[in-house]
Amino acid sequence: MKKLKILATATLFTVACAQASATVKVGFMLPYSGAYGTIGQTIENAFKLYVEEQGGKLAGQDIQYFRVDDESNPSKGPDNANRLIKRDQVDVLVGSVHSGVAMALAKAAKDAGVTLIIPNAGADAITGPLCSKGVFRTSFSNWQPGYAMGPVAIDKGYKTAVTITWNYAAGQESTDGFKEAFEEKGGKVIRHLTVPFPTVEFQPLLTEIASIKPDVVYAFFAGSGAVKFVQDYAGANLAANIPLVGSGFLTDGTLEAQGASADGLLTTLHYADNLNTPRDNAFRASFSKRYPSNPIDVYAMQGYDAAQLLDAGLKAVGGDIKKRDQMHEAMSNAVVDSPRGQFKLSAAGNPIQDIYLRQVKNGKNEIVKVAVEKLADPARGCKL
Amino acid sequence: MNSKSRTLLMLTLVIVIAFLPMITTAYYTTLIIKVMIYSIFALSLQLLVGCTGLISLGHAAFFGVSAYAVTLLSPEFAAGNLLWLVPVAVISAMVYALITGPLALKTKGVYFIMVTLAFAQMAYYVFHDTKLGGGTDGIYLNTRPELRIGDAVLLDISSNYSFYVFTLGCLIFTWGFLTILMRSRFGAALTGIHVNEQRMRAVGYSTFGYKLTAYIVAAGFGGLAGVLYAIKDGYVNPELLSWEQSGIVLFMVILGGTSRLWGAMIGAAGLIFLQELFQSEAIFGAFAVHWHLTFGLTVIALVALMPTGLIGLPKQLSKRRGKKKPSPTVRSATVH
Amino acid sequence: MDVATYLIQCLNAVQYGLLLFLVASGLTLIFGIMGIINLAHGSFYMIGAYMAFALQPLVAQYLGGGFITTVLVCIVLAALLGYFLEWAFYSYLYTRDHLQQVLMTYGLILVFEELRSIIIDNDVHGVSAPEWLSGSIQLGDLMTYPTYRLFISAVCIIVAVFMYWLLSRTRLGMMIRAGASNREMINSLGIDINQLFRVVFALGVALAALAGAIAVPVSSVYPGMGNAVIIISFVVVVIGGIGSIKGAFIAAMLIGFVDTFGQILFPQVAGVLVYIMMATILLFKPEGLFKQG
Repeated sequence: MKKLKILATATLFTVACAQASATVKVGFMLPYSGAYGTIGQTIENAFKLYVEEQGGKLAGQDIQYFRVDDESNPSKGPDNANRLIKRDQVDVLVGSVHSGVAMALAKAAKDAGVTLIIPNAGADAITGPLCSKGVFRTSFSNWQPGYAMGPVAIDKGYKTAVTITWNYAAGQESTDGFKEAFEEKGGKVIRHLTVPFPTVEFQPLLTEIASIKPDVVYAFFAGSGAVKFVQDYAGANLAANIPLVGSGFLTDGTLEAQGASADGLLTTLHYADNLNTPRDNAFRASFSKRYPSNPIDVYAMQGYDAAQLLDAGLKAVGGDIKKRDQMHEAMSNAVVDSPRGQFKLSAAGNPIQDIYLRQVKNGKNEIVKVAVEKLADPARGCKL
Repeated sequence: MNSKSRTLLMLTLVIVIAFLPMITTAYYTTLIIKVMIYSIFALSLQLLVGCTGLISLGHAAFFGVSAYAVTLLSPEFAAGNLLWLVPVAVISAMVYALITGPLALKTKGVYFIMVTLAFAQMAYYVFHDTKLGGGTDGIYLNTRPELRIGDAVLLDISSNYSFYVFTLGCLIFTWGFLTILMRSRFGAALTGIHVNEQRMRAVGYSTFGYKLTAYIVAAGFGGLAGVLYAIKDGYVNPELLSWEQSGIVLFMVILGGTSRLWGAMIGAAGLIFLQELFQSEAIFGAFAVHWHLTFGLTVIALVALMPTGLIGLPKQLSKRRGKKKPSPTVRSATVH
Repeated sequence: MDVATYLIQCLNAVQYGLLLFLVASGLTLIFGIMGIINLAHGSFYMIGAYMAFALQPLVAQYLGGGFITTVLVCIVLAALLGYFLEWAFYSYLYTRDHLQQVLMTYGLILVFEELRSIIIDNDVHGVSAPEWLSGSIQLGDLMTYPTYRLFISAVCIIVAVFMYWLLSRTRLGMMIRAGASNREMINSLGIDINQLFRVVFALGVALAALAGAIAVPVSSVYPGMGNAVIIISFVVVVIGGIGSIKGAFIAAMLIGFVDTFGQILFPQVAGVLVYIMMATILLFKPEGLFKQG
């Protein structure tokens, strides 16, 4: 009982403090610990960088930050979201990296009528059947990079493919995207292999691939799984006979650990390390000046764009966050001048963007060409 | 304290809790709802751990199965009916207990811990690896169910406060039911099994039947907690069935203390309060990011200093030093 | 599946089983002899791996040694750490019930993981295998097998043989076995049981750290790597029978095969197969395959 009373007093105190200022409150719900800890920090840094570049204000409004470590744990997702929505009473939510956490966040944001900008998580459903007016994504849908690899594989003359991923939603969506494009153009996915998440014991499936002998292997893994898969694939010496391709997350943020075993890998993503456009160069210079020890990657770019998108929305309503509908309207019509290249959002709130084909060279994901121009997620099931 | 003043105290407590949302913010109302749901969950596990001496590391399975059941059975865009949703969801958890219980109860001690874990992992992988419940991304429960008979809505829990009171009611029901259960002949038998199962068998009790019944009842209340949890957030995910979730609720039970039924409630409140405290940037500043460290150290300290859990604390404090602490393995298992 | 592929899959299964055995052997030793449920065992695996990653440059600089030297340094440090932890934390747990052991060792996991995050970072890091082990041998027409994986298997077999010898042929092994079956007895024989336990614990930690350190070139180091092995290690211990090294070995092999062939033949239920197997075995053998004497 006593504890509850202490909590109650603490609340009144926080509320009193919170209402004293009239600023736009941004809540970061990102992973700050565990496997995605670095990614969460990178996104936050990049978001703040953009705000600092605008003189610390967006549309004349001071920005106040709150943050919660979501631990990449979906079962804590709703509670963590409530910390920001109900306790800190934020106006805008930014998060998250993990798809399941983003699902929880999208639901909580929708129920509370808070604007949500997703700077990474790619779950198709969020901008599909669960799409909503106040939910935006500055990253990608899992379907997008997968789909873009289809035509690339066809152009290389591959006829048969094996897809491999963890047995979880993101992997399924990515490999489904690849399969859709690959088979539309006459290829055939002959086997879909899965490993229980988050197991990293790939050897049995590599043996299986060697016995199936497809023309190409499409893989979706991320983080430590991506490191291990690429290393094992090279270790089994399969690469010489059966080329490995994948979604960009196979080689993003993992190249240092993968070392030489990643050399030459082809992947598709909405960003690359050497776009060499004035916009991207400016972003990279600014980011590395402000955060010298933080690597610049796709996550930084997505976090930066989350701030740009919010800026566009706030400007349209003159900084008055209360005019939420108008702000959402402006955000969904905004042209974001992203380091990846300009993009607009689809009706469902997902970027319509160029997907690049990249190749690993000298420890970088270097651009080869644009794999698919202005690729929009089909947003199946979205009624917006 | 005599029983009259105890009843009075309980009544005051319930009334205070019922009106607490009037003075707290929405966030703390939600937090207290969470505490109450986990109290139900922990109470249900206490029936096994504290009352019967069965340590289960798979209790989240029942929580999760019911949470998924209520979500999957609710209509997509309309309010479901609590009248049949809750019983069906709770019964589905009890059915799972009925199937796995007889197998698990064949083993003892550490092996029982591991078998319950195994059965929970099975349920976990069913939701994790199949599309039944949306796979790893989980699924939404879009509209909170209501209590209807015919077309008449008897209870609407769509507002936060009505749901708060509803949860409080469920908690009181759970606590009352289990208290009465433990005072019955059945409860006495469970206590007997906890203290000395051999002797119980020797005097002619079929201990297996008692243990199985306890296991199924515990699953039912664990399921009730799961139902409330699903309704609270409107989002269920395979992680609700993970072994970490089973670990957390077991942790609550131990933290509170296993010698009294209500220790589970103290443990649930204590654990959630500790997590809230250590994660608070207002108190710990930037170090709040490393809250696992402070939390972990606190856990270690609690185990080292409080072998009987939070409810044993007053007694422990009143006892002066120098006296040998009673060994926890021989402590009595009476539950009032 | 043709014969060649089938044989390679068997090799994969054995190899995975051996690595599981290495992690689980220390756990079963601590569990069986000291009666402690040590959830933090996975953390020792993690600590071994991170030490191998972090110490390699230092070892190269100051001792002039390569990967093998690093692993040896890791083992020694881990044993010292184990000795200290037993004295500082675990020695309080012998008189406590299983619940409190679970709780305290859970607290230790949180502490170790967070310290790892503070001292190193949250990124994934790779360590390359030593030059002389980085080759591979041809298996089948397309596939080759990395020599390093065979090296891991060899180490695991050596450890298995060593453990067998230690427990059944040496005076220390005799004391350990006696201490496991009757604590009071060995105490009355004038053997310092506390000291004995401390040594056993150090040995267990060293085994876990060894597993972590030699696995690094194929597994890389990443946050949460300890938690990834702890549950499966417990499954190994329980199937094998608590405290039985032989049981742990056989259980690890069984899991290796079930897991490997499960992934290929029943991919949709691969995750759950091991648990079904455990439940089935415990139904017929409620105390594991080889209940320790």
